[in-house]
Amino acid sequence: MDDAAPRSIASDPESAGSTPVPVREEERGAIAAERPPAPVPRRAVLLSAVLPGAGHVAIGAWARGLLVLLGWGLLLALAYLTRGRLAAVRRTSTLDDDVAAATLLGLLVLLWAWALYDLLVARRRVHVRDSQWRIAARHFRRNRTALAGLGVIVVLYLAALLAPLIAPHDPIAIGDLVRTGFLPPSREYWLGTDRFGRDVLSRILYGARISLSIGFVATAISVTVGLLLGAVAGYVGGRVDALLMRFTDMVLAFPRLILLILVVALFEPSLGVIIVVLGLTQWPGTTRIVRGEVLSLREREFIQAAHALGMRRTRIILRHLVPNVLAPVIVAATLGVGNTIVLEAGLSFLGLGVPEPTPSWGKMVAEGSEVLFGAWWLATFPGLAIVVTVLAFNLVGDGLRDALDPRLRS
Amino acid sequence: MGTYLLKRLLGAIPLLLGVATLIFFVLNLAPGDPTARFYSPAASPEVIEQLRRTYGLDQPIIVRYLAWLRAFVTGDFGSSLAQGRPVIDIILDALPNTILLTGTSLVLVFLLGVAIGAYQAVRQHRWADRVLSVVGLFFYSMPSFWLGLMLMLLFAYQAYQWNWPIALPPTGMTSIDYDFLSPAGKILDRIRHMILPVTTLTLVLAAGIARYTRGQMLEVIRQDYIRTARAKGLPERTVILKHALRNSLIPVITLLGLYLPFLFSGTVFVGTIFAWPGMGREIVNAIAQRDYPLVMATTFLFALLVVLGSLIADVLYAVADPRIRYD
Repeated sequence: MDDAAPRSIASDPESAGSTPVPVREEERGAIAAERPPAPVPRRAVLLSAVLPGAGHVAIGAWARGLLVLLGWGLLLALAYLTRGRLAAVRRTSTLDDDVAAATLLGLLVLLWAWALYDLLVARRRVHVRDSQWRIAARHFRRNRTALAGLGVIVVLYLAALLAPLIAPHDPIAIGDLVRTGFLPPSREYWLGTDRFGRDVLSRILYGARISLSIGFVATAISVTVGLLLGAVAGYVGGRVDALLMRFTDMVLAFPRLILLILVVALFEPSLGVIIVVLGLTQWPGTTRIVRGEVLSLREREFIQAAHALGMRRTRIILRHLVPNVLAPVIVAATLGVGNTIVLEAGLSFLGLGVPEPTPSWGKMVAEGSEVLFGAWWLATFPGLAIVVTVLAFNLVGDGLRDALDPRLRS
Repeated sequence: MGTYLLKRLLGAIPLLLGVATLIFFVLNLAPGDPTARFYSPAASPEVIEQLRRTYGLDQPIIVRYLAWLRAFVTGDFGSSLAQGRPVIDIILDALPNTILLTGTSLVLVFLLGVAIGAYQAVRQHRWADRVLSVVGLFFYSMPSFWLGLMLMLLFAYQAYQWNWPIALPPTGMTSIDYDFLSPAGKILDRIRHMILPVTTLTLVLAAGIARYTRGQMLEVIRQDYIRTARAKGLPERTVILKHALRNSLIPVITLLGLYLPFLFSGTVFVGTIFAWPGMGREIVNAIAQRDYPLVMATTFLFALLVVLGSLIADVLYAVADPRIRYD
């Protein structure tokens, strides 16, 4: 204690008696946050335990409180409106329904727990140092378009998970072809019906699962492969580097869609094959980025120090190089998800997507294109769903790029 | 420059060889038999065996690979299984149409993308920039096949319904009465048929180029030499067009080279949607029919065009930026 006191005084310009340093607006916010906040009144906590978000409102954190209240209310309303289907889940118990019910329950619990956690723990915690990631998060939160994109993505994922509860009709069951086939958008069928009398909106909701899960998993595969190959090529260098980069060039020279069509058409198209093939053709971009970053990192002191300490190469690559190249990779991955979704839709459009009867957006556009001039809604709305999804991922990717790259922060 | 070009051309050879090998093995290791289309399921094993021998499929894969490679290198692409005519004839029929389509689009992508991107950079944070950014990202996020369908719906169907002055033909390269048109009418007819496919290919990629050009311009405008140019009293026009834009264009050229695969991929959809008789349509049909010789030749040709394209981009890179010396 004795040891620490003089140092803290010396490092504090105001107590050292020098002229006050002008504090910029954002720094003032950070400094204010460092002071431990007043303890949250017990009443607010109790209020939050009963009604999540109410506690936040009571202590004046309006934005958070109302948002949580709104979310909680919507979820409860959904549970109430779909009580019939929820009750049926216990009897029928298909995987889709179970997932939806579990998601609904999980979200309710999560929201409740988060509201309490935020009041009791997060508000009391004092952040002493800003990490690179926390700074980036702050920048990201200030970017309104990127936040909107993130919101759309969250809603899409929720819609995909909750599809059995919120879809107004069965997406697969074939209805009365004469009475309900090719109906234009109406109050009963918001986005119209297709040739078989199936509700387009419901099919889009179910189709979201295919697009979103393929985009996510394929990108995860490609990022892993790209990260490892790039790190190895950049770090090991020499002949390994030359060989890996030639191979990367080769894959890049190949029109990706053609390769995808080739592989998917020749092997039986199934969800697994499509995901793996999409993932295994996307990595060259990531590899190039990572290799470039690693080449410059390799010469830096902390890597040299790791060398001098006698660390093994695998450890240096995995523990010291990979985390430091993560920022551009995250950006590339986010933009890559959008790209993958477009590609998957393209494959489905050409009839090479997931097999029937699973609805997928690309396939719906293809079906709609056959009757484009007679039933415009069939091709239009699923395509619009693709555009909105990809747009959201691109907005978030742009926002992440701005937040993670110190040179782009304004 | 000459040696560099030679070195790059020589370097492309193993690359293309690798691509060709990759295609061969993907095709030949895939399940399914290309001769299956010739016989009924009830055909006797002897007949099937005979057919497989005719097409050389009874040989071990390495033997087939070497034989195929020897023929391929000497320019003998074999005959199409489905169409029964030499692959080279099919390609010679389709390739000019594809080049016409992609060439026009590439030029438009460059002009439109750069013009919009540069305009946005000059007007950074003004409403024009914001609107163009949103519109650009919207098109950038669009699957080209959907854009094509929507354009078709609007300009080839609704335009007729609502009697718009511009109504365009939905499919094909020429009208039915093409042969009876005057020379000027023929050209006009061809242009009218090209508008929708070209627009489909152009808009998505031009949005990407515009985004990139904008970013590059903004970076260049911050440089010291731009301030110098302004300080010595050059008109703003000259500063932007001569000093800023030219320097921003250098990386854009590389990006354009990287966009070539996307452009060729786009022709696959354009071929399907607008019935454009080019390579894209041939490839899709060939793969669907397991027409192996045609698949190999067309896919290889796409890869060749991509490699050549990136080579040209690199050369243009050197032309645009005299600081780059290849020795």
